[in-house]
Amino acid sequence: MSNYAVEVNHVSMKFNINKEGVDNAKEYFIRLLKHQLHFMEFWALKDVSFKVEKGDRVGILGFNGAGKSTLLKVIAGVLKPTQGSVRVEGVVAPMLELGAGFDGNYSGRENVFLYAATMGFSRKFIEKKYDEIVEFAELEDFIDAPLKGYSSGMRARLGFAIATAVKPDVLILDEVLSVGDAAFRAKSQKRIENMMGDGVTVLYVSHSTDKVEEICNKAIILDHGQMIAAGDSVEISKIYQSMTLNK
Amino acid sequence: MKIAAALKNHKNNFMKYRFLLMELVRKNIKLQYRDSFLGMFWTFLQPLLMTLVLVFVFNNIFGRSSNGVGNYTIFLLIGRLLFDFYSTSTKRAMRSIRSNGAMIKKVYVPKYIYPLSQVLSTFITFLISLSVLIVMVGFFNITNNNPIHLTWRVIYCVIPVFILFVLSLGVGMFLATVSVFFRDMENIYDVIVTLLFYVTPIVYNIQSLKIAQNSAQMRIFKMNPLYGIIGMFRAAVIWGNDFTQYWDMNLMWYSAACAVFALGVGFAVFYKNQDKFILHI
Repeated sequence: MSNYAVEVNHVSMKFNINKEGVDNAKEYFIRLLKHQLHFMEFWALKDVSFKVEKGDRVGILGFNGAGKSTLLKVIAGVLKPTQGSVRVEGVVAPMLELGAGFDGNYSGRENVFLYAATMGFSRKFIEKKYDEIVEFAELEDFIDAPLKGYSSGMRARLGFAIATAVKPDVLILDEVLSVGDAAFRAKSQKRIENMMGDGVTVLYVSHSTDKVEEICNKAIILDHGQMIAAGDSVEISKIYQSMTLNK
Repeated sequence: MKIAAALKNHKNNFMKYRFLLMELVRKNIKLQYRDSFLGMFWTFLQPLLMTLVLVFVFNNIFGRSSNGVGNYTIFLLIGRLLFDFYSTSTKRAMRSIRSNGAMIKKVYVPKYIYPLSQVLSTFITFLISLSVLIVMVGFFNITNNNPIHLTWRVIYCVIPVFILFVLSLGVGMFLATVSVFFRDMENIYDVIVTLLFYVTPIVYNIQSLKIAQNSAQMRIFKMNPLYGIIGMFRAAVIWGNDFTQYWDMNLMWYSAACAVFALGVGFAVFYKNQDKFILHI
């Protein structure tokens, strides 16, 4: 057991840009004849390394396309890095795509179990938490209706309630977690703050240095796939602000 | 040591996502007939009606003789039930990675869960649809119209069913991998399955074909593992009282070897490529 909740070791992630577009023979041969088949390599992440101690709250700053989402996907295990490795200790709760496992033809109740299973929870756990989840999502009256009839706010509320039913060791948060109306937003904000109070390790993606300074004690900056700065959140925010001005 | 650790890791991961596997199997089955008037009753009704259509076509319109097949309805029903499981499960497994693309891009889940859940849910539907066979055998025996002489050897039918499951899972995993990189596979495989339906003795009996028993053509026929699998099931149900003549041990080992081979290749190809799926869906 180490003191680190997340270890990112020399992670690089390569995408072949053209390759993704060519999936039939006709296009392949046309490009072959036109000599356009040299795949453009694109490194979304280049040799990124950092360690996050348990209980640290790390802000990840960077412009659009800097590789923030890719980095979080690698940490969450969705993408496998081209080079390097990632080690995460404990339960990870990625609040990136709430409701990624939902099925529209299923009722809300069925979706609670399906989504919980996708997140790797056990049946016993979710049965115990079921009432709490529905109550938190404020969906008592609609829980047996098919999900395809839900509004996007209702879906997001349900997704949030399930994803936060577990007490994670590592919480991955995307900038604006704007779920539902103002009242629900306040409620979800409070739940996340409670989790942070319990000493959860947090990875927080943002453009806003104010938020990062408020929430995080440490921060890193990604630029064109490279980590260009890491350290105390206040200092790093200053660097990022000057980067923004010089852009 | 390293292999043991890796295996243990896999097992832990499987235990963690066992609930997801169950949920996906349940979802596939539940949603299949949701909002339809007869619901789950279709798993029973569909093979029954399809078989009656085939019996009508081949017994009356083509007027084929039923020599050497015992009870033709039961003979055909067995062939169709087993073949239907094979074709449906492999087709669904093949599409499982692409159709769950949105989910694969967003959350980490062991990827073999998707094809496996499809094969398992089709298997459960298949087991339910076997009740058609029980009802039909009951019908022929009660009306004493071309009755089936069931013996204790009926339990032998678990062997071909098990082999068929392994074969379908292996082929399904292989096809799932191929179709991610080469989407045309879905169309090609539809054609292959249609061809397979006719070269597998489902509606006819291989002995009634105008092919010499030891010819090269016949050997090609028997290379199809489904031939042995369906033959074994029929031997167990229809020819229990003449079992040794109909149950071919060589074919049993051959089809089992084919199934194990398919599973090995399927898993190997799948594992080797699964990290690249996300870049292509």
